Amino acid sequence: MTTAIKVENISKRYKIGTAPGKFKYGMLRDQIMAIPDALFNRNKAAEENYIWALKDVSFDLEEGQVLGIIGRNGAGKSTLLKVLSRVTEPTTGIVTVRGRVGSLLEVGTGFHPELTGRENIYLNGAILGMKRGEIEKKFDEIVDFSEVEQFIDTPVKRYSSGMYLRLAFAVAAHLEPEILVVDEVLAVGDAEFQRKCLGKMNDVAAQGRTVLFVSHNMSAILRLTQEAIVMQKGRLVMRGSTTDAVDHYLASGQSQAGERFWDPQEIPINAEPFTPLSLRLTDMKGSVAENVRSVEPLTLEMRYRLSAPITGLRVGFYLSTIRGEYVFTSFDVDEPEEFEKLSVRQAGSYVSKCVIPGDLLNEGRYLIGVNASSFGVKRYFMDENALSFSVDPSAAPGMQWAEQRQGPLRPRLKWTIERE
Amino acid sequence: MVYIKPTTGFAALNLRDFWNYRELILFMIWRDIKVRYKQTLLGALWAVIQPVMTMLVFNFLFNNVAKVSSDGIPYPIFSFTALLPWGLFTTALNQASRSLTSNRNMITKTYFPRLVLPIASVLGGLVDFLIALVILFGMMFYFDMTPTISAIWAVPLFVLLAIVTALGVALWLSAINVKYRDVGYALPFLTQFWLFITPVAYSSSVISDEWQLVYSLNPMAGVVNGFRWALLGAGNPPDVNVAISAGIAIIILLSGLVYFRNMERTFADTI
Repeated sequence: MTTAIKVENISKRYKIGTAPGKFKYGMLRDQIMAIPDALFNRNKAAEENYIWALKDVSFDLEEGQVLGIIGRNGAGKSTLLKVLSRVTEPTTGIVTVRGRVGSLLEVGTGFHPELTGRENIYLNGAILGMKRGEIEKKFDEIVDFSEVEQFIDTPVKRYSSGMYLRLAFAVAAHLEPEILVVDEVLAVGDAEFQRKCLGKMNDVAAQGRTVLFVSHNMSAILRLTQEAIVMQKGRLVMRGSTTDAVDHYLASGQSQAGERFWDPQEIPINAEPFTPLSLRLTDMKGSVAENVRSVEPLTLEMRYRLSAPITGLRVGFYLSTIRGEYVFTSFDVDEPEEFEKLSVRQAGSYVSKCVIPGDLLNEGRYLIGVNASSFGVKRYFMDENALSFSVDPSAAPGMQWAEQRQGPLRPRLKWTIERE
Repeated sequence: MVYIKPTTGFAALNLRDFWNYRELILFMIWRDIKVRYKQTLLGALWAVIQPVMTMLVFNFLFNNVAKVSSDGIPYPIFSFTALLPWGLFTTALNQASRSLTSNRNMITKTYFPRLVLPIASVLGGLVDFLIALVILFGMMFYFDMTPTISAIWAVPLFVLLAIVTALGVALWLSAINVKYRDVGYALPFLTQFWLFITPVAYSSSVISDEWQLVYSLNPMAGVVNGFRWALLGAGNPPDVNVAISAGIAIIILLSGLVYFRNMERTFADTI
């Protein structure tokens, strides 16, 4: 076996502004004003204005291996992929790559709304590094995969968002480099198309190509990779079988079981004016819990701060199983009257709280995701794996039989049995 | 084998990597051309309307009102011959200076030699130029002007000089624009100022001899004079002043290349 990628002590440092958000672009004026500062106390500013997005990351990848990369927002996954695909240079360290790297950090890069589907296939192919002949050879296959054949000569601005994504992914999926670097691109499109994309990724892996794959979708990671690395605050904290890595990832990051706090560097700058503070899961007695009973109600509390009023804000939860299947989604202003009343949420600190009734969830491990958005306007903050917890089935319906009940729900239903 | 590591010291020009991506340049030029006049009523006519309208305004202001000398050549064709390379230069400069920021997504999401973007933008401007050139030939026929035989080599050469100048300046500006969006505000002002110091509306013969040398430091002065000489037989044949113009253009281009290549490594982080 030969090594396809050898990563040695890669670090990447980013500069962060002293007043984040205030000066988005470095203005010449700021630079000039900073000159006297730099001359007189040059050491002071140096360290604190930088963050290490990657710190001393090293690993090897054999040819034909498929490696998953998991970690929370801001853990350095995307930066790592950017370094590997040569979008940005590392600050220190060296990566040795054998073979052509194709990177899918986004689908549809360079797509132009005015150009037709056909034209965009060629353009996007060229941007992804395909040769013209290569695109021509695969053209029919790409169109076929995208299912937009009848609109292939229509400008893509007339496409529905689903069609757009299908076409974009189709081009990307037919890239055939020796090494493929994929970031979260599967998190788009409808369920059926996602399945198709996963199938295609499976094929790619089966052809013996080297793949690096980042996703928040644990079921996709579990399905596509045997081995994974876990990133945390820019460091590689573990490498192991995917199941171990997923376990490690879900257990980490919670300063206390059943409770989650967000570090400032985990919060993207564009979350402004929304600042997530904490998420807590409490049981019936009101104590923070990581293991809850299926028969008891649980309370979810999301604390956050708004530094400015937001119109149409809704804060809510996703509940999903550890395999990545959604169980439900719920927002704090789902009731129309509530939404009317809170059409503008003023600046200040808030707690959005809800109770998940008892006798609902089946035995197993679940994930809670957080979403704060104004519908159709902006998604301020999202963390799909904010908290995980286990449900204990004792005293749940049907416990007299020692069997695994199918499905994520275990409701206590009113049965009547009548003899006719 | 590809080694990914921090660049230390001066970045090499690495033109081989650039050559590997030549197809992408063609695709980007093709995209720019395809998209340029989409959803416009008049389409590619704009390539003609812009210089023709400017020529009419110039004709009224400088010929009818101010009575500027045009070296005995009918003023409309005198100014139109200059407006062509000038239009090429400003379009190329404007598009190329914004080429990095307007393709932000490509830069943050894919790898390719970033030089592709300004170069494709500059070359994309040639199409408008060629369309307007047809109008010029029509006007020359109307005014009964015959180009000198030297036009065959001189016109392409001066077009090249205009492009080299535009690219050189645009390499500087596009790289600065990644970090400082001030470029967007300075650019209209810069092109306007540059128009004043280029003999587009007037003849360079109004510049006194002792200033000619300073004047030729502006490569576009050389381009415009060259065009008038080759196509209309006006003024002097290319002399040492053109060599100075060309020299300046090459210095701007080379320094622009070096600056661009050295800033390139931070584009994805700062854009």
